[in-house]
Amino acid sequence: MNLLHVIGNLVLVVCCWFLSLISLNWVSNGGIMTVKSGLIGGDGGQIWMKLWDQISVFGCKIQHHYSQYIGPKKLRKNWWRKLLIAWILCGIILSLSVFWYMSSLALDKRKETLASMCDERARMLQDQFNVSMNHIQAMSVIVSIFHHDKNPSAIDQTTFARYTERTSFERPLTSGVAYAVRVLHSEREQFEIQQGWTIKRMDEQTPVHEDEYDPADLETSPAHDEYAPVIFAQDTVAHVISVDVLSGKEDRDNVLRARESGKGVLTAPFRLLKTNRLGVILTFAVYKRELPPNATPAERIQETAGYLGGIFDIESLVEKLLQQLASKQTIIVNVYDTTNFSDPISMYGSNTSSDGMHHVSALNFGDPIRKHEMHCRFKQKQPWQWVAITTSVGILIISLLVGHIFHATVNRIAKVEDDYNHMMELKKRAEAADIAKSKFLATVSHEIRTPMNGVLGMLQMLMDTRLDETQQDYVRTARESGKALVSLINDVLDQAKIESGKLELEEVSFDLRAVIDDVLSMFLGKSQDKKVELAVYVSSKVPATLVGDPGRFRQIVTNLVGNSIKFTDKGHIFVTVHLVEEASEMEFERDESLSGLPVVDRRRSWSKFRSFNQESPATSSSSSDQINIMVSVEDTGQGIPTEAHSSVFNPFMQVGPSITRTHGGTGIGLSISQCLVHLMKGEIGLASSPHIGSTFTFTAVFSNINGQQQVNGSISSSEFQGMRALLVDPKKIRAKVSKYHIERLGIHVEVVPDLSLGLTNTPTVNMVFIEEEIWDCKNVGNPKMLILSNSCSSDSARSPFAITKPLRVSKLAASLQRAMGMSSGGNNLSREIHALSLRNLLHGRKILVVDDNPVNLRVAAGALKKYGADVVHAERGAKAITLLTPPHLFDACFMDIQMPEMDGFEATERIRKIELGIKNGIEDGELSVEAYGNVSNWHVPILAMTADVIQATNEACARSGMDGYVSKPFEAEQLYREVSRVFQTMSDESH
Amino acid sequence: MATVGQLQKQFVDFSTSLYREFIQLQKLQDESNPDFVFEVVSLFFEDSEKLLNNLAIALQQQVVDFKQVDAHVHQFKGSSSSIGAHRVKNMCVAFRNFCEEKNLDGCLRCLQQINHEYCLVKNKLENVFRLERQILEAGGTIPLIA
Repeated sequence: MNLLHVIGNLVLVVCCWFLSLISLNWVSNGGIMTVKSGLIGGDGGQIWMKLWDQISVFGCKIQHHYSQYIGPKKLRKNWWRKLLIAWILCGIILSLSVFWYMSSLALDKRKETLASMCDERARMLQDQFNVSMNHIQAMSVIVSIFHHDKNPSAIDQTTFARYTERTSFERPLTSGVAYAVRVLHSEREQFEIQQGWTIKRMDEQTPVHEDEYDPADLETSPAHDEYAPVIFAQDTVAHVISVDVLSGKEDRDNVLRARESGKGVLTAPFRLLKTNRLGVILTFAVYKRELPPNATPAERIQETAGYLGGIFDIESLVEKLLQQLASKQTIIVNVYDTTNFSDPISMYGSNTSSDGMHHVSALNFGDPIRKHEMHCRFKQKQPWQWVAITTSVGILIISLLVGHIFHATVNRIAKVEDDYNHMMELKKRAEAADIAKSKFLATVSHEIRTPMNGVLGMLQMLMDTRLDETQQDYVRTARESGKALVSLINDVLDQAKIESGKLELEEVSFDLRAVIDDVLSMFLGKSQDKKVELAVYVSSKVPATLVGDPGRFRQIVTNLVGNSIKFTDKGHIFVTVHLVEEASEMEFERDESLSGLPVVDRRRSWSKFRSFNQESPATSSSSSDQINIMVSVEDTGQGIPTEAHSSVFNPFMQVGPSITRTHGGTGIGLSISQCLVHLMKGEIGLASSPHIGSTFTFTAVFSNINGQQQVNGSISSSEFQGMRALLVDPKKIRAKVSKYHIERLGIHVEVVPDLSLGLTNTPTVNMVFIEEEIWDCKNVGNPKMLILSNSCSSDSARSPFAITKPLRVSKLAASLQRAMGMSSGGNNLSREIHALSLRNLLHGRKILVVDDNPVNLRVAAGALKKYGADVVHAERGAKAITLLTPPHLFDACFMDIQMPEMDGFEATERIRKIELGIKNGIEDGELSVEAYGNVSNWHVPILAMTADVIQATNEACARSGMDGYVSKPFEAEQLYREVSRVFQTMSDESH
Repeated sequence: MATVGQLQKQFVDFSTSLYREFIQLQKLQDESNPDFVFEVVSLFFEDSEKLLNNLAIALQQQVVDFKQVDAHVHQFKGSSSSIGAHRVKNMCVAFRNFCEEKNLDGCLRCLQQINHEYCLVKNKLENVFRLERQILEAGGTIPLIA
């Protein structure tokens, strides 16, 4: 019973808890799983922690879900607050009601227990009493038979005393039995004579059962109608013989009632003298003859012969009874005579105040007039209702916790909201700052670019003056460095673009060898300072001109070489360029490195490339205009620890913090390189061993310039074309590098390991190159390349000419020119080429120049005219449109962007629209192709002319349909690049 | 001949003291177009004087139309940068900034300075031409710059 209750309570608690959980998790679906696992885990603290987390998350979700639905913040806050108070009230009420319910259950149960115990006791008491009463009744029958029906009587005092004594075990509860005979007043004298004593009156003051009491002291009973003197008595009460029981008030009532009812009648309890216990007297009437059950009281009185009384010791009766029962300690039993309801007489038990719970059982001792009750109480007070208390406290705690969670959530929501607003504000400020930063960067970089342009322009001018070869080289280097600085500034601006993936690669034709030479010349000073050999080898299979983004390509190579030079203190840095297809044929020669120092196996650096792991036919079968270039940068530096290999391409990651301290740098270079390589559809990888060196390798896909593929990357216009040279170098790899450079000048090179060997074998050489290493005359500090003119056949004592490494084609050419006494006819080879090519490109072309500024117009026209173009002027955009409305004979148009009335963009857009209209018209058959010179898709190349070259202009040009832009004033190189590109695409289209 | 040599030296000095653009202009001149530089420079003078005049008028108006002024200055900037008159061009940049700010005082100051710079460059150019003429009259050849 108890156990069941406890379980029930537990279930209730768990249910409550679950309900709250479920209701909470209802919105934050999915959360319940965690809570369940927490439950299974059984650790209360954990559960609460998890629950807390859940709630927090849930709170956040609520915030998100409801923030747009529930009105303004203030209103919502009040709403939450009211809900919270209601919830807490609910919790308190619930816990109180649960407590009340549970304690009332317990109380009921207790009451029930008490009642059942009490009733059990009352019934037993009643039964035992009845047993004794029956016996006394039986005695009354004996007396009736043997005393009254026999004459003379068969019983006298001695017999009675003996009998009662011997049968007293039958009546364990009676302390004594006595028999009083009914004597009428008329029979008194005769009776007194017969008995030999007078009838005594019962003394009211002195109780009947006084032990020391002498019957003789008692007064003789006064005259009455009738008397009931005791004639027989058990020895224990022998003193009552001769006492008239009718004279005592209690006894008289008893006797009268007994004879009227014919049943056993009880007196009110009184204290027994001998034992000092409470007792009652049971009186039975003895009739002269057997009466019918329905005899009237008058008949009964008439027939009464005497009265048998038994004294019951209630206290011992009850005590004995309670001793028989178990758990007598737990309850207190009181027995009362409640005949007089307002004044119950205690018959048993201490008369403690009956506060608290008690149960009353009615006792029926067979006397209808006398009422008895048994009162039972628990000895102990009701114990604390721990189950109820814990349950309700638990519920209270849960509800308070939930309330707290709720409160915290609401607070959190408010906080998050505040934070959010704060953040928004901060974000706005940050954005404003960002805009300011961008503006600043743009301004500053522009401001740097402007003077740099001055510097570059001056250098350009300086190059155009009459300089000797060394000066020329210095100026060229200075100019390249300046250009690199400008490009660096652009890179800083492009950095964001790279990261946001907005970077787009250019598609221009460029000379890869020149780019790599430029990179090398940038690091010239550094490598010489460090005494590190810097060398380049480009495979002859790589085409001279590629189409791609030279700037980005250069950036990657610069990054890698810069990185290498940073970490290399001795040995060499070797840049090699091959076609990807060649890679498989390459072999690793351990003891054959440029500087003789060991290097890592470079093949490992590309072992992870996809293009190699895939089927090789895929790359080799790619069309001829897809050129897969593979560039390796090998150094003999300190290398990269194996564990850092994976992270070197992460931005801002360097091998260790000490690296940053020693070498500086941001660590972003490799990351940018990787991005760029990926943009070029290539891959980047490395192989490195600590203290041996590293090799970085990347691949890039460029497109080939159509048709004019020069197998050998030589400069055709070189004045050294067709010469023969002898290269003396015992080291194969170094000889290969030198040979590559010399061959670029168009010189045929033969390599011999030994000078004597070479001279004997090849009689007609224009020049001999000897590696310094084997030049045994003097050891000069710098790594120098020594050349000998062809005139010295056997006599090598003449002072030789030194070329400082690293070799570059321009440097080599200049040195050779000096050495061979050639006059430097051309200022700059490439410039000459550009100018020449421009003339070829522009000669006879009809070109429209549009500019509102007459001076600019004249200058631009003059520049174009110089290259042989047929120039037409236009001052206004409108005029340009009229002139360019097909059919016309213009090959190209150079248009100023900023013009009054109609700017260059608008004019171009209109021209493009007209061209499109004609094209559609011809396609639809509305216009005849003949009227438009048999050309259906008119598209005149329009190049923008602009003074300030900014990125946005480039994009704007493309947007409005322009084909490109040139900066004002015209620069041959750029003009050539743009014009060649435009005419290239034009010729593509026409073919 | 000594005078020719002197004149030639002066000419080179003057020319190099001008800017790269002017030298480029000179480069554009060849047999097919012998008076190219002179043509362009005269055009520049003509254009500039017109523009300066326009600017002066525009800035004297009751309500100055800065947009108009800006357009004039832009054009002036374009032509001066083409001719290689960098100081004029730089003044134009400053002028445009003032225009943007609608700073009339600044504009007027700029106009004054531009006038000054223009006079300088005009003198310089006229000197070059004068020297050129003198060289030719003296029977010398105009030295190639750069």
